Amino acid sequence: MDISEWTSYRPGDLLMFSLRVYERLFVLYNQALWPAQLLALVLGAAILFALLRPTSLRVRLVFVALALAWGFVAWVFLWQRYAPINLGIRYAVPLFVLQALLLALCAMKGAPELQRRWCLSRTIGVGLFLHALVLHPLLAVPFGRGLAGAEVFALTPDPLAIATLGVAVMLRSSWWSWALWLVPALWCLASGLTLYLLDARGASVPLLTVALALVARVWPGGRRHD
Amino acid sequence: MAHRTLSRRRLLQSMLSLAASTAVPALHGDIPEQTPLKRKVPGTDIQLPLVGLGSWITFNVGNDPALLKQCTAVMEAFFAMGGCMIDSSPMYGTSQATIGHGLEALDAVKQVYATDKVWTSSHEEGSKQIEASRRDWGVSRFDLLQVHNLVAWEEHLEMLFAMKEAGEIRHVGITTSHGRRHDTLERIMRDHPLDFVQLTYNIVDREAESRLLPLARERGIGVIANRPFQRKRLIRYLEDKPLPPWAADIDAGGWAQFILKFIVSHPDISCAIPATTRADHVRENMAAAAEPLPDATMRRRMVDYVQNL
Ligand SMILES: NC(=O)c1ccc[n+]([C@@H]2O[C@H](COP(=O)([O-])OP(=O)(O)OC[C@H]3O[C@@H](n4cnc5c(N)ncnc54)[C@H](OP(=O)(O)O)[C@@H]3O)[C@@H](O)[C@H]2O)c1
Repeated sequence: MDISEWTSYRPGDLLMFSLRVYERLFVLYNQALWPAQLLALVLGAAILFALLRPTSLRVRLVFVALALAWGFVAWVFLWQRYAPINLGIRYAVPLFVLQALLLALCAMKGAPELQRRWCLSRTIGVGLFLHALVLHPLLAVPFGRGLAGAEVFALTPDPLAIATLGVAVMLRSSWWSWALWLVPALWCLASGLTLYLLDARGASVPLLTVALALVARVWPGGRRHD
Repeated sequence: MAHRTLSRRRLLQSMLSLAASTAVPALHGDIPEQTPLKRKVPGTDIQLPLVGLGSWITFNVGNDPALLKQCTAVMEAFFAMGGCMIDSSPMYGTSQATIGHGLEALDAVKQVYATDKVWTSSHEEGSKQIEASRRDWGVSRFDLLQVHNLVAWEEHLEMLFAMKEAGEIRHVGITTSHGRRHDTLERIMRDHPLDFVQLTYNIVDREAESRLLPLARERGIGVIANRPFQRKRLIRYLEDKPLPPWAADIDAGGWAQFILKFIVSHPDISCAIPATTRADHVRENMAAAAEPLPDATMRRRMVDYVQNL
């Protein structure tokens, strides 16, 4: 395909499904999984506790839980439900599996340490996690989907990616922090773009979280080493 | 005077379309509530209603029961209005399965002129893909198979012509849209015995008028007009603008009918294939396949009017 062909498309032509179908995807998914959402919230709260009071074992468990969540979302949400209506998702699934493997590797290697003292990156990290757990599902209400269409942490990709970005920026090891940052950041960018092309409200949310996570990573003096 | 010309024209058009619909055997058996205007597809023994149904985006609803029901209602209204051609592609996500669901629920396999595409860069993949599409539709064979967007067209056309020869499909075509690759399409139309081409044609995208439509007539190729509403962009642009009072002369009750009547009044267009999620819209669209259709003078007036809005 040459460049003149690409320029004949408008951004909206690149999407193969409508906003109505996208929103219904979450409604039906929530119906099918209920009451797993409650379990996911409890799991999220436990992870938040572990992030605030980290011990080596707790941090390890956080990575195990996140790895399982990435695997679950890849298979149950992306592959089984989203990929049939969006052919591009088949390329995202391997990336989700890669992220799950990275998180599992992290847990197996004894888990890199988290920052224990408050600094910019820890504040942003906890903030992102809290957003993913509490605020993100609630956004479905002002955005017109209602709670039935809420995107819940550990069950759907956006809040999972945002929560993982939060954990990634709290890591002391720069290598691991970037390694665990990449896939969630790519997903958030793709998701923001999709929502923008669908003309959906809230397209800026995943984009802003990537921006915040980037600030947390690169802000001079933002990372304090205790 | 103008009135007399119009009446004579209408009479002539009615006679012509009547001649067309009696000279050629009807496509399938059932008698619909309404009879849309049909046109014989050159080079074939069939006549098709001037308006068909697309399925890009609108029918990609996964296995959502409520939305599947809505799509079935669209198909039901389409068949009730005498509709026939439904167009899809393996590129359209679950649209083919949605069509299959609707055909089964409505017991309408006999009514549909099943139009699909092959869309893969791999030649080997092609026949597997066609078979998977056929299963999704639940039809015994496709009426028309087209090479989608000219992808690997040399290999696929060879395969499709062989399938036609073997009686596995009825007709062969090729598609493009958004005015892309018209030069290559022109070459293919000259060199291959196609039954159909599918391209974008509407009141603002009229590039095909200069070379492709005359060539289609010369070569006896049917033309399917896709993106009649530019995926609704055209309707959104026009909807708050006044419909000219003379739209009543062609019985265009709204912008959708105005646009569709413009498209299908081109003598070299076999049909337009608007997509919709709404049964009332499909009725409105199908009702555009009726006399009176604009003549050449009226068509120019329509173009001028839209251009000057
Ligand atoms: N390369 C290719 O082979 C190719 C490329 C493009 C398209 N196509 C084919 O051509 C078909 C048509 O093109 P398209 O789907 O891109 O766009 P289209 O038919 O130009 O526009 C579809 C949109 O028009 C709206 N609409 C339909 N009837 C209406 C009415 N009476 N009043 C108001 N709005 C109406 C629908 O919205 P509602 O749901 O609200 O009615 C829908 O969103 C496709 O579905 C596909 O089958 C093929």
